[in-house]
Amino acid sequence: MRIGRDGLLAAIVLLMVIAIGFVTPSFDTAPNLVDLFNDTAILIMMALAQMTVILTKCIDLSVAANVALTGVLIALLNVAFPGLPVPVLMVVAAGIGLLLGAFNGAMVWLVGIPSIVVTLGTLSIYRGLSFLASGGTSINGGKMSPAFIAVPRAIILGLPVMSWFAIAAVAIFLVFLRFTRTGRAFFAAGGNPTAAVYTGIDVGRSQFIAFCISGAVAGFCGYLWVSRYTIAYVDIAGGFELQVIAACVIGGVSISGGIGTVAGAVLGALFLGVVKNALPVIHISPFWQLAISGIAILGAVIINAGRERRVGRLILKEAAA
Amino acid sequence: MTADIQAPVARTIPDRIETPFRRWKRWEVLLAGVAVAIFIFNAFASPHFLNASNLSDATYNFTEQGIIAFAMALLIIAGDIDLSVASIVAVSSTGMGAAATAGGGPAVLVVVGLVVGLACGAVNGFIVTRFRVPSIVVTIGTMSLFRGISYVVLGDQVYRHYPPGFDWFGQGYVWWVFTFEFLLFLLLAMAFAVLLHRTVFGRRIYVIGNNPVAAQFSGVRVDRIRFILFLLTGLMSGVAAILLTSRIASTRPTIATGYELQAVTIVVLGGVNILGGSGTILGVFIAAFVIGLVTFGFGLFNVPGVVQSIFTGALLIGVIALPIVWGRVAARLRAR
Repeated sequence: MRIGRDGLLAAIVLLMVIAIGFVTPSFDTAPNLVDLFNDTAILIMMALAQMTVILTKCIDLSVAANVALTGVLIALLNVAFPGLPVPVLMVVAAGIGLLLGAFNGAMVWLVGIPSIVVTLGTLSIYRGLSFLASGGTSINGGKMSPAFIAVPRAIILGLPVMSWFAIAAVAIFLVFLRFTRTGRAFFAAGGNPTAAVYTGIDVGRSQFIAFCISGAVAGFCGYLWVSRYTIAYVDIAGGFELQVIAACVIGGVSISGGIGTVAGAVLGALFLGVVKNALPVIHISPFWQLAISGIAILGAVIINAGRERRVGRLILKEAAA
Repeated sequence: MTADIQAPVARTIPDRIETPFRRWKRWEVLLAGVAVAIFIFNAFASPHFLNASNLSDATYNFTEQGIIAFAMALLIIAGDIDLSVASIVAVSSTGMGAAATAGGGPAVLVVVGLVVGLACGAVNGFIVTRFRVPSIVVTIGTMSLFRGISYVVLGDQVYRHYPPGFDWFGQGYVWWVFTFEFLLFLLLAMAFAVLLHRTVFGRRIYVIGNNPVAAQFSGVRVDRIRFILFLLTGLMSGVAAILLTSRIASTRPTIATGYELQAVTIVVLGGVNILGGSGTILGVFIAAFVIGLVTFGFGLFNVPGVVQSIFTGALLIGVIALPIVWGRVAARLRAR
């Protein structure tokens, strides 16, 4: 069943790309498709990270604010110390993000506050801190070091480094979620927390790790975001958390936890990426983008509805019939 | 051997879960204390605070979100959530703008605002109850869809021509410094308090939030009540849209951005359990004041809104975390 769902979404995305190519042949050229993938790279990485959180029955609404705060801090660091090599900056960015994610995770694990409340709070806090850090001004590309801007754009084997990061993330998450004990525990912790505890899995710890992953990836993407758009200010990635969650939902990740595939999350992100990039090409106002992604979310939710029914409800339906 | 039958124990479902602060009376008392403390602090910190018309203006900081929060509280107590409320405000305001452009008078605009709100609530309620999907996902979807409709209709345009008389809803005074908006907020607070705490319908909301399966077996029409709650939330978003549109006299697709987070923050700060089953309207009412006073106080010191959000976020987490942490510390001390 699961392969069927991912296959269906893959077919839809592919059909869209082909159909748009018929209307506008320039859309289906290799350079354009590379651009499209590169444009979706950040969304793919963050959707994968969000999926691990959602697998454990949690949700992380603070990822976009994390991108903004880490992006501003890393840009400031670059301006203050232009000599620091970019790989160091990447590690620092992921580290800052990790700390922000760990705070969320600790609140969920150790204090026991529902994740939606915690991340709703940190969403405001991180965004506010990024305003304080930037002093309300923007840091333009002119002040950043050339390497800071150039690295994600460097072409290796025909693809920009940014795209390779996304591909690497897909590979890492595939291996991590399928072949490691920690990765498998996410599915158990979200699918049936009670059973997971009896199996010896620390559900809270799994959730904590998921939030750390989500934070680290968001922090890393904070650097990529600032470098890609060559500007850092308080409002970057505003509302992006919803696109990330939308990618997961469209990809069939169950918000009740325990269900989700790497392929699904990636395809969900690609779906949104294709819609975003195709609208101007087929002469539909980009203002349609939000409405279309809303309809896609609802469609995906309704199609997946049957699979997520709880046992209690099923018994009830039979009893009522 | 005696029969092993015991008399059934009467069990009351508390309106809110026990917290360590229960012993210090109730959550609402604590929250009211916070509100008074902020009020006194503001009064000492700024000479412009204790000024009737300033205080009256300050109520605009929370009344619209507060009105949405009342309905949202019922929804959250029943175990659901609606993240699309700000988008409902946007699409409802867009509808009013279109009606005004077509020559509608104030009465027509009010009807349009309420009907659009109801319709959006009906869409949410229908999808959630018909397809049995978690409301959080559905309303993340309709959040995009509704605001998307606003973008499709308006693009980068603005509706700014509203008929004379329409400005009264958001700017008019009923008596002295009391605005229509604030009085409506008070009236709705009372109405929702009666609905939740004094009617069978209200009790059923708690039952559904505590155990929807048991509620169904007890003869509560769970889906019908959930649907009505989504309708009610849509309607209150429509009311907020009327007030906001009338107050700022313009409609852009970005109108009311972030209202959903503010409404949820007010509800949770008010002591409503985000997992459903407990909470009171009084708590939500006081929480709206706390948020409003904080915003107003910061505004007096020219603190930008985005920095205020640090405090709001910390307040949300702190107010929930402190009693839990305090409870653990107290338990450890007692164990010694």
